[in-house]
Amino acid sequence: MSTTTALSPTPHTGGPVVGTVKVASRKTLVIFAVLTAGLALILATSAEAGDTTFRLAADSDFFQLPQLTVPSLPTAWVLAAVCAVLTAESLRRYLTKRSTPGWVVVVFAVAWMAGFLTWAAAGGSVPVVGLLAGSLALAVPLVFGALGGVLGERAGVVNIAIDGQLLLGAFAAAIVASSTGSPWAGLVAAMLAGALVALVLGVFAITYLVDQVIVGVVLNVLVIGLTSFLFSQVLAPNAATLNSPPRFPRVPIPVLGEIPLVGPIFFRQTVVVYLLYIAVALVTFALYRTRWGLRVRAVGEHPKAADTVGIKVNRTRYRTILLAGAIAGMGGAFYTLVSVPQFNREMTGGAGYIALAAVIFGKWDPVRATLAALLFGFASNLQGVLAVLGSPVPSQFMLMLPYVITIFAVAGLVGRSRPPAADGVPYQKE
Amino acid sequence: MKLVLRDITKRFGSLVANDRISLEVLPGEVHCLLGENGAGKSTLMNVLYGLYRADEGEIVLDDVVQHFSGPGDAMAAGIGMVHQHFMLIPVFTVTENVMLGNEATGFAGTLDLDAARERVREISSRFGFHVDPDAIVEDLPVGVQQRVEIIKALSRDAEVLVFDEPTAVLTPQETDELMDIMRQLKEAGKAIVFITHKLREVRAVADRITVIRRGAVVGEAEPTATNAELAALMVGRPVELTVHKDAPQLGDDALVVRDLRVVDALGQVHLDGISFTIKAGEVLAVAGVQGNGQTQLTEALLGLQDHVEGSITLDGKELVGRSVRKVLDAGVGFIPEDRQTDGLVGSFSIAENLMLNRSFRSPFVRRGALRRDALETFAEQKLQDYDVRAPDIHTHAGKLSGGNQQKVVVARELSRDLRLLVAAQPTRGVDVGSIEFIHKQVIATRDSGIPVLVVSTELDEVVALADRIMVLYRGQVVGIVPGDTPRETLGLMMTGERPKDVVA
Repeated sequence: MSTTTALSPTPHTGGPVVGTVKVASRKTLVIFAVLTAGLALILATSAEAGDTTFRLAADSDFFQLPQLTVPSLPTAWVLAAVCAVLTAESLRRYLTKRSTPGWVVVVFAVAWMAGFLTWAAAGGSVPVVGLLAGSLALAVPLVFGALGGVLGERAGVVNIAIDGQLLLGAFAAAIVASSTGSPWAGLVAAMLAGALVALVLGVFAITYLVDQVIVGVVLNVLVIGLTSFLFSQVLAPNAATLNSPPRFPRVPIPVLGEIPLVGPIFFRQTVVVYLLYIAVALVTFALYRTRWGLRVRAVGEHPKAADTVGIKVNRTRYRTILLAGAIAGMGGAFYTLVSVPQFNREMTGGAGYIALAAVIFGKWDPVRATLAALLFGFASNLQGVLAVLGSPVPSQFMLMLPYVITIFAVAGLVGRSRPPAADGVPYQKE
Repeated sequence: MKLVLRDITKRFGSLVANDRISLEVLPGEVHCLLGENGAGKSTLMNVLYGLYRADEGEIVLDDVVQHFSGPGDAMAAGIGMVHQHFMLIPVFTVTENVMLGNEATGFAGTLDLDAARERVREISSRFGFHVDPDAIVEDLPVGVQQRVEIIKALSRDAEVLVFDEPTAVLTPQETDELMDIMRQLKEAGKAIVFITHKLREVRAVADRITVIRRGAVVGEAEPTATNAELAALMVGRPVELTVHKDAPQLGDDALVVRDLRVVDALGQVHLDGISFTIKAGEVLAVAGVQGNGQTQLTEALLGLQDHVEGSITLDGKELVGRSVRKVLDAGVGFIPEDRQTDGLVGSFSIAENLMLNRSFRSPFVRRGALRRDALETFAEQKLQDYDVRAPDIHTHAGKLSGGNQQKVVVARELSRDLRLLVAAQPTRGVDVGSIEFIHKQVIATRDSGIPVLVVSTELDEVVALADRIMVLYRGQVVGIVPGDTPRETLGLMMTGERPKDVVA
């Protein structure tokens, strides 16, 4: 979404300037310092002793990686020290007016998370594979939603209705798969449902120039209301025939699925997840390397320029958001055809909004948005795993974790990102 | 390819933008379409380019009547357009922009960037454009962006090329280069339509001139016609092209700017330590290509910029660090460069716009309530004094023509007790009649002993008004020279070169 705020001093508009003075951001530094201090504080005040075990293999693995057992507190302190060193590095760069590079952020995040887990699981074990595989599972709808969001916004249509597309997709998949007995039919129905929401969005946002944010929010509420009503009136009384869809089975990929650590996480999944990998690759390729993608990006950046070279702006936008809706709909199917074999009221739990955050955090790039969605999936799953580990953190507090991470990620670490210039602006010939 | 427009009529509601306009352009010919802003030139070209559908009349290419339903059809028929506001996508490369809509593709719709790159190189070298196919468009200077537009048209084998106000954004040097390019294209047999309101350029390249006024053709002229003849045709009455002014009666130093440095939120330095002085009763005009720090200079004077270092004193009082309202109260009048966004509230009436900078106390406000009667009397008077053509003082400012809008702004700013007038682009997009009027007001202000800073990218305006001229280039002062400095010297200074006899 782009809500460009007009600043009072006229911004630079492309003319020559003398040069630039570096304006280094303090954000990364401050976040590093706060997180490091927080970790040190919980380590200093905790009395937990013992060892932490990291389980690196699934039980069914052909090659069994050994378990890694470390003394909890000393290891956590070492990792906290690593974080402190990285914070110092960030400080040094800030003082010399340089920004903190990406690899420092990544190493910091891994070290901090490992330190935190070591502490939280003291005296027990961390199922590393389960944690990551579960993250992927929770991230699948987010990635589909984010891909749909990226496509729509690249074409200049802000899609707040991702959540509605996921939810209606889940609903349609449940009904159609239950009544036909085929999960494939359910998947197709989910795609059509997502595209249907996109079509309504398009009619209002593109043809009738209604504010796109408002239409999106209204569509979400509409889909929630509609599916909840039909659920209680139709699905609940006929649960056996209409709300017990067959699930997609897990299809381990030979060889790839046997790779330690990576295999059980990525290659012992259902068809929907493999479709996800294909979708990410295809969308990325199509957006940057094909005529279609060039035109979609042109329409999202400067629709009038696209019009003057003979590209039909609104037709391109319609096509793109219909495709985007179908992709988001597949994400909805994941809920009812893979995760839980039945539809429930509001079962997406606002995942569409998190997907929207992933679009922005991913700077409107399909690959980065996918990584962002994976991060958010990790945050959600971490909360579940920590609850099981019986960590000393109250579970109500942990429930906030995915959303806190989302806010930090979008507000703090994203840096300067630039949405497509015509994002959210309807195109109208004079 | 021969282009004929026959009796083109285009209406917007009750407004007739084009009234039976006919035009003929032959291959190897530059046909100038001369007219004021708002005369209907751009409308006509948008009809030709398929962006608008004409209500009546026809477009004929090589004796075949055309029916364009969109720009794609016009392009396919061989018409290329170089738009006033470039139709380029800033974040794309030159190659991507050139190929857009006309893409060479390989397997499964993949872009054949190599072929397109080669095409850009080939056209670029044929006409000596020196354009890097892989440069990102927004990083290129405006003059080069315009060449990308030309390459875009040529890559689609355009035979008729339309240039819509192409020199508005160019330096004098870039303008000369463009004129050369147009001559080259003409020799290559292209038919060229050149739309402009700048008389000097018309006479430099035109083979034929058609003048339009208020949507209708009012006559044809030879390239040998004088500026005065062309201007009279364009405006419909004889106009004074030069501003009459007496030698300035200089007073003490009034505005003193020392080491002014302006940085924006992104850390870009827009003004890098500039210093100058304006005496009471003097016009200092700032010349320079747009985007060399002029905007930041005027906004810094008014207190609109956030990161300002250095000192600005007006009659000995420091202005840096004061709020905008304090600066206004110190007697600074400000005509902003964009009246639509910064000068007026379009949905307010003329009367309301006239009190925008005096919304706090008397004469228009008493105990927090508006005094409508005082405001209305004042507004009626100003409408008369400043010759604002409007139905009444309750007309929305947004409904006025550019010239009348600007007169409202000028009236508001000059109706206070001023100690300094800052006028940024005071006549941009304003008709010749209003230009005459506004220039007289600026000189009258000077003659009443007020220091005046004029910022203009139009060299004609700078030369007409200035007692002294300051040239800005990349945020620095190239030099401050007398008002009668030759245009060639000024043009050179605008590119950052300092002639030997000029002291900074």
